[in-house]
Amino acid sequence: MTDLLNAILQGVLLGGLYALFAAGLSLMFGVMRFVNLAHGDFIVAAAFGALLLVDMLGLPPLLAVVILVPAFAAFGYLGQRLVLNRVMGRDIMPGILLTFGFSVMLQNLMLEGFSANSRRLNAGWLDTASLPLGPFQIGFVPLLMFTTALLVLGGLGLFMSQTNTGRLMRATSDDAQIVGLMGADRRHLFAIATAIASGVVALAGVLMAIKTNFDPSSGSIRLLFAFEAVIMGGLGSLWGTLAGGIILGVAQGLGAAIDPGYQILAGHVVFLIILVLRPQGLFPRQRP
Amino acid sequence: MLLEATGLGKSYGALKVVDDVSIAVDAGDALGIIGPNGAGKSTLFNLIAGSVRPNRGTIRLAGRDITALSAAARCRAGIGRSFQIPRPWVGLTVYENLLVAAEFGAGEAAAMAGSDCLAILDRLGLGHLADVPAGRLRLLERKRLELARGLATRPRVLLLDEIAGGLTDLECESLIEAIRGIRKEGVAIIWIEHVVHALFAVVDRLAVISFGAKIAEGDPQEVFASRQVQEIYLGVPA
Repeated sequence: MTDLLNAILQGVLLGGLYALFAAGLSLMFGVMRFVNLAHGDFIVAAAFGALLLVDMLGLPPLLAVVILVPAFAAFGYLGQRLVLNRVMGRDIMPGILLTFGFSVMLQNLMLEGFSANSRRLNAGWLDTASLPLGPFQIGFVPLLMFTTALLVLGGLGLFMSQTNTGRLMRATSDDAQIVGLMGADRRHLFAIATAIASGVVALAGVLMAIKTNFDPSSGSIRLLFAFEAVIMGGLGSLWGTLAGGIILGVAQGLGAAIDPGYQILAGHVVFLIILVLRPQGLFPRQRP
Repeated sequence: MLLEATGLGKSYGALKVVDDVSIAVDAGDALGIIGPNGAGKSTLFNLIAGSVRPNRGTIRLAGRDITALSAAARCRAGIGRSFQIPRPWVGLTVYENLLVAAEFGAGEAAAMAGSDCLAILDRLGLGHLADVPAGRLRLLERKRLELARGLATRPRVLLLDEIAGGLTDLECESLIEAIRGIRKEGVAIIWIEHVVHALFAVVDRLAVISFGAKIAEGDPQEVFASRQVQEIYLGVPA
């Protein structure tokens, strides 16, 4: 019984990381109806970036976040303004092809630069530190992942509901054409959304680098996890994304408790079941 | 003149949807536009608001040529519109719909504060719905929200496209009252409407459009009573 509860608890905490994977994807799809197929590879790129900063320059992992998040956000803003805005439109195909191309390029660049070896970021004492909670041990890193996810999604929620830019993003998500007629600059707005999504990607990448092994080709499975979390939660719903991440984490945790080989499979099976029973996701945005 | 559209023309292939139409309004004017379905009235609005480019003609706002400006820039310059088919942002509350329009549509005029947006909602009888998601509104409420959102952009010229259809007498009365109030503040109004009695209660000039061309303009009663208009509108033989 304790083992089972522990598996669920660890799954919930892992779900925080999946929610972070998914948040940027969810935001970009929500605002722009745009799917970035290189999303997972950007996460892995952030992980390698953290590895460079920590292992080679000797920076502490937290400082890597302080550098990587603004760097990724700036990169995201420019990338949207200079490249992605050119493929925005009614047809989603050019965007998919473009980001698929990015994905291939990124994977190969990372392969060239870092070799195919599986790597992990050494976070020193953080790796093993844990809090006792009754019969369970809560690791610092999983706890950090979960609280980061809560803060990021909560912050995004506040941003969306309380700021003019956030409201404009929701309006754009509802009817982008009318937003254009009202005089707002969509190119800038899209770039802001991508900048935020990229900042979250950097955060997720650093945390992933501390939590698990990764290699240049491990972006695809992260993209898949992110997709599953977004779709289970319901497209366009931020808290739904967290719920989707947690469900995926718990399913994987329970699968692993049965047999370590079932971890990934269990997540996909639960995803398929939810897709069949509730294709609109658990918390779809209201569309009356 | 505040808004001066001269010789506007729009063709799709050989089909002239708008054919050499000129209209002008000054601050505080109210011009009504009637015409059969498919006459090109809404297209005329699209040309003025900038969502469709004219093939010919020029549009001037307060003397400045705005023909080359995008719809967004025209909105910021002071051309507000409400759409015939309401398109609110359904995921935002009624109040948020106005806030977004106010913040991004006002242009150089200072953006309306939240309290001004609430005042517009009150004036149009939407005050009690301020915090309801716009997607839950019924059709008539959506039409009023269209008008409210157009107003929130601080327009100098307001284009209204069939906003009185389907209203009860009482609702129509309050809508007329609201539009008169807007006019009094110096906003020029151009109003396409099939509900003629509502139109007549507000406008001081009436233009008739048929097959893309303006066939009459002048005093509403005289224009409407003219044989030409009766023929087009009611099918009375000449």
